[in-house]
Amino acid sequence: MTAEKNIGVYLCSGCSIGEQLDMSTLEGVAGEMKAPVCKSHEVLCSREGVKLISDDIASGDVNRVVIGACSPRVMTDKFWFDGTHTVRANLREQVVWSHPAGDEDTQAIADDYVRMAITQAQKTDAAEPWIEGEYSETIMVVGGGHVGLTAAREASRAGYPVVLVEKAGELGGSTKDWKKVVPSRPPYREPEDNPVSGLIAKVKGDDRIRVVTGTTVAETSGMPGKFEVELSNGSTESVGAIVVATGWRPYDATKLGHLGYGASPDVVTNFEMEGMLASGGIKRKSDGNAPKTVAFVQCAGQRDPEHLPYCSSVCCAASIKQAMQLIEADPDVMCTILYEELRTPGVTEEFYRSAQEKGVVFIKGNVESVDGSLKVTYHDDLIGDDVPLEGIDMVVLATGMIPNSTNPDGEDMDLEEEKQIYIKDDINPAAPFDVAGYAEGTEAPEACARPAESIPGGSSILNLRYRQGPNIPILADGFSDSHYICFPYETRRTGIYACGPLRRPMDSEEAAKDAAGAAMKAIQVIHGVKAGRAVHPRSGDLSYPKFNLDICTKCRRCTVECPFGSIDEDEETFPQMNPSRCRRCGTCMGACPVRAISFDNYSVEMLTSMAKAVEIPDEFDEKPRVLILACQNDAYPALDMAGIHRHQWSAHVRAIPVRCLGSVSLLCISDALSVGYDGIVLMGCKSGDDYQCHFIKGSALAKERLSKIEETLQSMMLEKERVASMEVSIADSAAVGKMIDDFVANIVDNIGFNPFKGF
Amino acid sequence: MSNGGPSSQTILVVGGGISGVSAAIEAAEAGQEVILLESTATLGGRVAQLNRYFPKLCHPTCGLEINYSRMKKARNLKVYTLTTVENVTGERGNYTVTVKTQPRYVNANCTACGDCAQATEAKVPNPFNYAMDEISAAYLPHEMAFPMRYVVDGSVIGTPEADKIKGACKYDAVDLDEREGSFDVTVGAIVWATGWQPYDPAKLTSYRFDSSPDIITNVEMERMASHDGPTGGKIVRLSDGAEAKKVALVQCAGSRDHNHLPYCSRVCCLASMKHAAYVRERYADANVDIYYIDIRAHDKLDTFYQRIKNDPQVNFVKSKPASIVVNDEGRPCVKGENTLTRELYEEPYDLIVLATGMEPAVGAPPVSLTQDDYGFIVPDEGEEDSGMISCGVASGPLDVSMSVQSATAAALKAIQAVKGAA
Repeated sequence: MTAEKNIGVYLCSGCSIGEQLDMSTLEGVAGEMKAPVCKSHEVLCSREGVKLISDDIASGDVNRVVIGACSPRVMTDKFWFDGTHTVRANLREQVVWSHPAGDEDTQAIADDYVRMAITQAQKTDAAEPWIEGEYSETIMVVGGGHVGLTAAREASRAGYPVVLVEKAGELGGSTKDWKKVVPSRPPYREPEDNPVSGLIAKVKGDDRIRVVTGTTVAETSGMPGKFEVELSNGSTESVGAIVVATGWRPYDATKLGHLGYGASPDVVTNFEMEGMLASGGIKRKSDGNAPKTVAFVQCAGQRDPEHLPYCSSVCCAASIKQAMQLIEADPDVMCTILYEELRTPGVTEEFYRSAQEKGVVFIKGNVESVDGSLKVTYHDDLIGDDVPLEGIDMVVLATGMIPNSTNPDGEDMDLEEEKQIYIKDDINPAAPFDVAGYAEGTEAPEACARPAESIPGGSSILNLRYRQGPNIPILADGFSDSHYICFPYETRRTGIYACGPLRRPMDSEEAAKDAAGAAMKAIQVIHGVKAGRAVHPRSGDLSYPKFNLDICTKCRRCTVECPFGSIDEDEETFPQMNPSRCRRCGTCMGACPVRAISFDNYSVEMLTSMAKAVEIPDEFDEKPRVLILACQNDAYPALDMAGIHRHQWSAHVRAIPVRCLGSVSLLCISDALSVGYDGIVLMGCKSGDDYQCHFIKGSALAKERLSKIEETLQSMMLEKERVASMEVSIADSAAVGKMIDDFVANIVDNIGFNPFKGF
Repeated sequence: MSNGGPSSQTILVVGGGISGVSAAIEAAEAGQEVILLESTATLGGRVAQLNRYFPKLCHPTCGLEINYSRMKKARNLKVYTLTTVENVTGERGNYTVTVKTQPRYVNANCTACGDCAQATEAKVPNPFNYAMDEISAAYLPHEMAFPMRYVVDGSVIGTPEADKIKGACKYDAVDLDEREGSFDVTVGAIVWATGWQPYDPAKLTSYRFDSSPDIITNVEMERMASHDGPTGGKIVRLSDGAEAKKVALVQCAGSRDHNHLPYCSRVCCLASMKHAAYVRERYADANVDIYYIDIRAHDKLDTFYQRIKNDPQVNFVKSKPASIVVNDEGRPCVKGENTLTRELYEEPYDLIVLATGMEPAVGAPPVSLTQDDYGFIVPDEGEEDSGMISCGVASGPLDVSMSVQSATAAALKAIQAVKGAA
């Protein structure tokens, strides 16, 4: 790090900045702030403009750059100076495009933004990455069924060494012996051969893959690039990333007494049917005869709040496949599939069509009961009554998939309550969606029934030695899924990627792709952490939180609130950072009550100083000041886009982008109030059941923290309405201006100015 | 790979929608050189035109913003818009690809200041809003455009309007002499992420798409519900601008139909339920009818179905409507038989939304690719060693999450191809 901070301020007068602002005033601000270099250019992003900056860097006159021009979201390729710390002041989108020209209040925003950017440059440094010791490139795959075999093979084919750990004595998982699978190739009409045995052979013949069977993971410690995994066989593996492919198990059919399971030996599950098809010769257990009439009952214990609330996705096509196999073996077999909704999405529709042509009978109706004599009673909506189906020789129940998010054969985990939250879903996926209201005479419905929440039985798959407990967090319906549509591999445990039916119910073709996807992420994290780079969503970020343990009070808020379980506690309960687990959101920094945590280029000190760099007019000017701390990914871009549309909003606000609202410390808020801000807005994404924060809890945490600031405000004799959180999505460019204006108006009209002004 | 391993480590991704963007950035963040080609003027593809995603009802632009900020940091990823693949020769590890470029008439000097748009009166149909409204002939594709750069529509080239546009630019960014061109790149693997296009509703003759402006498609509904769409997010009858409070959502408009798209497009049921949520979010007294064959809310998405079904003002009608007719009052009516009750119905609506299916957009590819009967690009049988990989809806009717899954997998397959490690 250069000892001397030689700040160069470069101001652009293009895109109407120069027409709407007085550039010499802005240059004067740079002078007041004692920036040694300040230059203006009419098109700073032009070749000459950029050269102005790069020449100053090359000559050594400047070692950090402040650019007063457009938003930091644009022109990033042009204002890219390798290794030189660069800070942007957004004078275009959020000043001249969103405020009236030639107005002293507009000028005041620009002046403040230049002050804030220079302050930011003074208070921060270019980030230096954390790189330490040896890194492993080996990928561990846990689970040796179809998905795990595929993940191992895919990672190996990209050149990475793999350790494949399987609990059972041999590879292949529960589907190893199945004869056929649902077709994945055109013309999608006939069952295809099960690929698992071929895969086993390839894995066994692959020099880069080491297979360890009859073994489970005893304990996992470390972090991406440096995981240490103890296996139950006593050996230890050093691995860079982990793919978890523990698959699924069938729902316990003994709970389906109403569908005849247990009442007759000829009521079997789809899973059991696969076993019979694999061994050849379908026989009734009751009398050893081959069945001539077979009824498939779909959604057996599925889409049912008493059993599994979800659809297992594969059962319709699987029953069709089994029916085809039965007909193939004996063309006289009559197969009937009873369904509520027939779900063969995508090209599997052709498989459904093919079954109809082969004579499989489909009946829409919800099966109410199956009795010991194999009488199947279903509700026929057309008749509006229950209809019996008799003369059936065998009933096949399409039971669903349960994710193996724990090892069901292991002992139940004994988790303290604090750690249980990581293996219980923290949202209700069935929560009612927002409606404008209900028509007259119509009452709002109760929320959908859901199964009671429970802690999954069995032992932990990886036994993580993490402060936040041994499990990969388990989300809705017991699956270790991502909460994000755009990012199916967005994991809460960096470097550990779940795939296959452990994430959500999926068929084997999709699961194979998912295995390759997880292997891709494993390779990527290994590549990134070696260079100290963060992975998604702040990919490439070199900064990481540094702890000043001298002032740490051991309150443990950082270790508890880190969304990714990055921080452990040492023997003396001091926080112990695992940098390559970290995703750089700054939640720990926001949680810390004593400013003990900061990044090279982001800190409480930086945010507070930037807020304080603003010139606060005194009360007699009747110009309030409101500070907006805006989430970089949603709220801040929404403000930019409001500017692009030339929407205007109050000139009395000053916005600072933050990594996540979770990184905002209450100290920033009390400091800002103490210098005379009249109001503070934390602007972030939606929290609650459909939360959108890619750092999991940022906006929820901000709200929670704000609920605690009331006391502080009271002690300062300030109204609680001065501080608010606002949910702003990235698509709110048309609405955000009014939200700001309303807040400012409320301060001016109802609350009044901050009495701390001028102190 | 008989002749000594791959000669190019670069991966080419064709298509800049969510699948192509995902494949490109995932590969780039693993250290690979990547070239991303997009045929239109901006990345983002179809998802950028969606208002929300199911089941979270979150905004697709949120994920795009993350991906774009990742891309801005990835110096090993190069993006070319207005480009398509014209020709491919060579083999896995060593392809020569001829890339065709279309003129934007705006160069990299553009600052997106917008002066050009102010300078002209000329309007063109707005492609971002499926031509439901018009936009200046010099336009920013949308507020989240990547790159953030204007386009001059080809229709004004050679007219005085083009000169006005050029004259307004202070940054010498308008280049009216740009022409089609081409360049060659050498790459080791090609990811086809060419996506989909909505099935043409005019082909569904009994639905008389053109008989009323109040019959729209599902993709148009997404634009209508968007804050930056043709109605600023208001859900209205396009015929008279009145609030659309009685809305029909017709499933399988083209899909699951041998005369049109024989397959199920997978996303339409769920997207339509999302449309029901758009209407209900806006109007307390709205009623929405969803006409369906089967509700295909696969896997955990079934909970989204439960959620929507729970609303007493969203009604599910099991029926594939036979036709749409316009009644004497000029209202479009859905006509058919309820297959559960056997009742015949003819019901007028403020707005009828056809859930048209997705068809692969690749058309006739510039190179021999294995395609199924529907045009989806599928891997060669038993071929582990192909350097041509498809993902997203180019590979089959997938939802967004599955598309990103397949794109991430495709990135790995491409890395395998350029590393030649297999």
